[in-house]
Amino acid sequence: MAIGKSIIRKEAWDKVTGRAKYTNDFTEKGMLHAKLVTSPYAHARIRAIDAKKARAIPGVRAIITGEGLPLTGEDLRDRPPIAFDKVRYHGEVVAVIVADTLVQAEKAANLVHVAYEPLPAIGTPSEALKEDAPLIHEQLGSYQKNKHTYPEPNTNIAHRTKIRKGNMERGWAESDVVVETRVSFSPSDHIAMETRCATAEILPDGQIMISASSQSPFMIKRLISTYFGEDAGNIVVHTPLVGGAYGGKAPVQLELLAYLAAKAVRGRKVRVWNTREEDMITSPVHIGLEAAVKLGATNDGYIKAAEILFLFDGGAYSDKAIDVSRAAAVDCTGPYHIENVWCDSLCVYTNHPYAAPFRGFGHSEQAFAIERALDLLAEKLDKDKWELRRKNAIRPGHTTPTQVPLNRSNVGDLPACLDRLRELMEWDKWQRIEIDAYTVQAKGISCAWKTSTIDPDASSGVILTFNSDGSVNVISGVVEIGTGTKTILAQIVAEKLKMDVHDVYVKMDIDTQTTPEHWKTVGSRGTFMAGRAALAAADDAIRQLKAIAACILRAPADDLEVGGGKVFLRDDPSIYVPVKDIANGYKYPNGNAVGGQIIGRGSYILRHMTPLDKETGAGKPGPEWTVGAEGVEIELNRRDYTYKILKAFAVIDIGKVLNPKAALGQVMGAMSMGLSFASRETFLFDRYERVLNPQLRTYRPIRFGEHPEYIVEFIETPQIDAPYGARGVGEHGLIGMPAALANALSLAAEVPLNELPLFPEQIWRKKKGDIHDSF
Amino acid sequence: MEASTKCEMQLLVNGETKSVVARHADTLLFVLRNELGLTGAKPGCLNGDCGACTVLVDGIPIKSCMMLAIETVGKAITTSEGLHNTAIQRAFVEHFAFQCGYCTPGFIMNAFALIERHPDADDRIIQEWLESNICRCTSYKEIEAAVKTVLANHPSIPNDDHF
Amino acid sequence: MIPFEITYHRPRSIAEAVRLFDTLQQQGKKPLYYGGGTEIITLSRLHLVAADAVIDIKHIPECRALESNPHELVLGAALPLAALEEAEPFPLLTKAASEVADRTARNQITLGGNICGQFFYRETVLPFLLSDSQAVIAGKDGVRQCSIHDVFQRHIRLKPGQFLVQMKVDRSYASLPHFHRKRRKQGKVGYPLVTAAAIKKDGQIRVALSGMCPFPFRSTEVEERLNARHLSLHDRIAGAIRALPRPILNDIEGSAAYRLFVLEQMLFDIIEELGGEETNGGLH
Repeated sequence: MAIGKSIIRKEAWDKVTGRAKYTNDFTEKGMLHAKLVTSPYAHARIRAIDAKKARAIPGVRAIITGEGLPLTGEDLRDRPPIAFDKVRYHGEVVAVIVADTLVQAEKAANLVHVAYEPLPAIGTPSEALKEDAPLIHEQLGSYQKNKHTYPEPNTNIAHRTKIRKGNMERGWAESDVVVETRVSFSPSDHIAMETRCATAEILPDGQIMISASSQSPFMIKRLISTYFGEDAGNIVVHTPLVGGAYGGKAPVQLELLAYLAAKAVRGRKVRVWNTREEDMITSPVHIGLEAAVKLGATNDGYIKAAEILFLFDGGAYSDKAIDVSRAAAVDCTGPYHIENVWCDSLCVYTNHPYAAPFRGFGHSEQAFAIERALDLLAEKLDKDKWELRRKNAIRPGHTTPTQVPLNRSNVGDLPACLDRLRELMEWDKWQRIEIDAYTVQAKGISCAWKTSTIDPDASSGVILTFNSDGSVNVISGVVEIGTGTKTILAQIVAEKLKMDVHDVYVKMDIDTQTTPEHWKTVGSRGTFMAGRAALAAADDAIRQLKAIAACILRAPADDLEVGGGKVFLRDDPSIYVPVKDIANGYKYPNGNAVGGQIIGRGSYILRHMTPLDKETGAGKPGPEWTVGAEGVEIELNRRDYTYKILKAFAVIDIGKVLNPKAALGQVMGAMSMGLSFASRETFLFDRYERVLNPQLRTYRPIRFGEHPEYIVEFIETPQIDAPYGARGVGEHGLIGMPAALANALSLAAEVPLNELPLFPEQIWRKKKGDIHDSF
Repeated sequence: MEASTKCEMQLLVNGETKSVVARHADTLLFVLRNELGLTGAKPGCLNGDCGACTVLVDGIPIKSCMMLAIETVGKAITTSEGLHNTAIQRAFVEHFAFQCGYCTPGFIMNAFALIERHPDADDRIIQEWLESNICRCTSYKEIEAAVKTVLANHPSIPNDDHF
Repeated sequence: MIPFEITYHRPRSIAEAVRLFDTLQQQGKKPLYYGGGTEIITLSRLHLVAADAVIDIKHIPECRALESNPHELVLGAALPLAALEEAEPFPLLTKAASEVADRTARNQITLGGNICGQFFYRETVLPFLLSDSQAVIAGKDGVRQCSIHDVFQRHIRLKPGQFLVQMKVDRSYASLPHFHRKRRKQGKVGYPLVTAAAIKKDGQIRVALSGMCPFPFRSTEVEERLNARHLSLHDRIAGAIRALPRPILNDIEGSAAYRLFVLEQMLFDIIEELGGEETNGGLH
């Protein structure tokens, strides 16, 4: 009925007419405006803040600085919402100005004079780990933290995840061949087109009203309650449509500033809105990495041992960076059967803007490290690069690095993905060809996998209400950030209730007081968790419909079916009552009424999740592993090292395609983001670790016309406990792209390219022989 | 204290004459959004780099974050709110040419003007115009398909309503 | 958002514009001439430009001239680059203009704005340097015309109150064999790593560059070395590179070494395409 169809997204016409509203589009007269004063230094003591001139600007209502504020952070509370005593990254907030208009706030912000005493700034994880490195968090040992976070006081290590699986001695002993590689890349950015925005208002009765462009409206409630002692029930968060997020809007930052700003003006409504520059560096970024991978394999190509070191550049504060480093460890080997695994994944402090989850949550980072090592291993073994991956592909019966046993439901079919990729890419025909004296074409591949690493008690709820015409409203806490999940939920409900999807309406925005909670719109878990909740809500509604219809039709509920807008007798559909006649209570001919409004409710909580063991990493962080095989075909100009990405391929086991065009759009969009990141996205720092390119003019993503041909196919191995067998797929297209691109260019250029981004100058340097050791 | 430069301006927006009070220094984007409630044009960068603020001024795509409102007095401004059921909007919907939708009004204004100006646009011209807008969600493939569909069908699909 | 107050003025003639500038200055204000406005607006937002008034020259007829006479092309400084591209009076200029920023921005960026602005690439000045064009300048002392070389050395040299009205190009230059290439760090939109423009006049190659140094330039020394046909191709190019003005940019777009690498290849391609009549040396 609705499943498997390319149903156009519900909010489509609002979006193409400019009528769709995002957080910054809502303006209220009398609303005040905040402007951030940010640090020009990456590491410095704050000696004094002189706001006298700023205060004199007409319209300025409050100036807030960092004294007396609680420390924040999701796993480790190390971050003051406004810097106090010290700034630790270029762009860190040191004061907030609140004024009648944005122009007044800007004028005032420009007049705040802060005296800094610069400190030496740390620019890489390996620098941060040196014996004599300055401590970015001197008080690391005293910070509040949750149970499963392990900071190492008197170092710059915020957290270490250990994976210890099998027996390394045995693994190396069984290996005939060993390869070692190092890879690295600096932090970069999500650059969602909508910059972050939050408003806050505190009503006289104490209710705190927040609106935010966020993936985590419900987490905002929790955190404001935790950090500031407010009653969670007294906090209401509104999130409308969000203009792109990709993980960057999962952390809570501006919302805290908006709340503090509102408090400073007796609860009046204040809006905080990021300029692009602030969105890029003041708000959290895409994590950086230095990694070392050592693989051991037998001569016939079976990988026996993997030793992996991830040094994540989590930036100045740990917030969600710890979780990213943990997630990378969880799946550190990539989707390969390796029995003996040793991995240390560190979240390291540097004086860089701090990290947020970035689409893939540690997995494109992990994949880049492993997949470069695999190509090197293939070369050393003189084996085909696809063969090597196929041979070691993970399957049901194997275990993950955290020792979760895999079966046909909780892992997709990687061999099938690889087999299809090989066909689509015509891999056997050629992998590298010299077209002429200057032009070389080459192919590169990478596998990709991911499970989510989210709170073990993450849950999702859905409410269904009926309208008088028998149509249905779906109310879910999933934020519509562009993934189209809200429309998918409508399809799931339509399918279950056997009704036309056009009669299923979806509430697009979130209001935490009336919308059931969905943990956070992250992790490619929206369809799974909210979908299960929607199915449960539909079942609940069906039960209620049948119960009332049973009275009216004088038949057992078990004999009834719901479908086509009717509740009918299964063995004689001509005996029925229309849904619309019972959805709001049923009225008998004599006037008596029974029933009442049908309100379907359903929820879903992740099942059997466990935290990771501190020493071995054993544990179950996620419900399933989505797998895929990806590749690129490039053309390199060997004269000047410019290149074109000709084709990009992905074969992903999606379980079940719920909406073909939407799924393709998600995967291709993710692939594009991966290629853009790998080919040109990075923050560039000066020697004081200040970001030199916090604008879209100097940080330039892929544009129209630079896009390759995309070839995407899906394999369908159902995840049994998922709605219609569907696996999440929002992130996976991205995961293998950086590695595939680096693999293709390394083959074309005949030089190992282990640093991102892959600028022509970078390739030229490698060819010349400039050794840029990663660390 | 600086003297205010607020003045009353008559702007012709989507075929309607509107009276607004704004500073000389206010950009067209700011006035459209904050004085006229036309929030389709978006502040993606305020630097002219992303194209999310694109509107038409006398039919020509302009990045409204880089133009003063006062400059547009006497000119006809068209925003996405002024396009009704046009071929390009239909094509964007049918081709799934957007996801989060934030860049979409800007793309649509640019594409709309492109098709009017170059109904026989080739790949080179399409790229030249559309590389002015960044989309972060899609791969650009669907946007390309939407624009090319409208170009291919150009004479036969009438544009319902626009200014 | 310009975070300070400015008054906007729209003169209808050169005289009115100059008078306005003078009057505002007398009032103790800081006026700026305003073309497309893109630079003034975006830099004001970041407090990198300060002004009390902007004088929009786009409605002065002379500033919008787009004439093609038998002897010369007259190009108004207030013409948007996109309009210039579409009219195509001067193919090399079209190529140079069409690589600046992006198409929508070029609907606003004016010729004068690109040549006289703060951003030091100023790529549209290259064709004028190569064609020994004339610049028409207006100021308190009236309107005068002079060689581009007299009024543009690395950047435009205008006295306060002066503004560029038009560029005039000898017609014959528009049809000379020419070369234009812009290499960026990556992709097709963005600041130049190296932009090279070249023409061949009277058997001699002329070259103008942007992106190599923090200013666009044309250098007689560089051209002499490049045209030294008694030397090998390799030596001609090496000599041209040695003669480049300094400093060579070393920044977020690329290193100096890489710029030189890219330029070397461009110079080779220029000679090959425009016919450098090399004697010995061949491919290097």
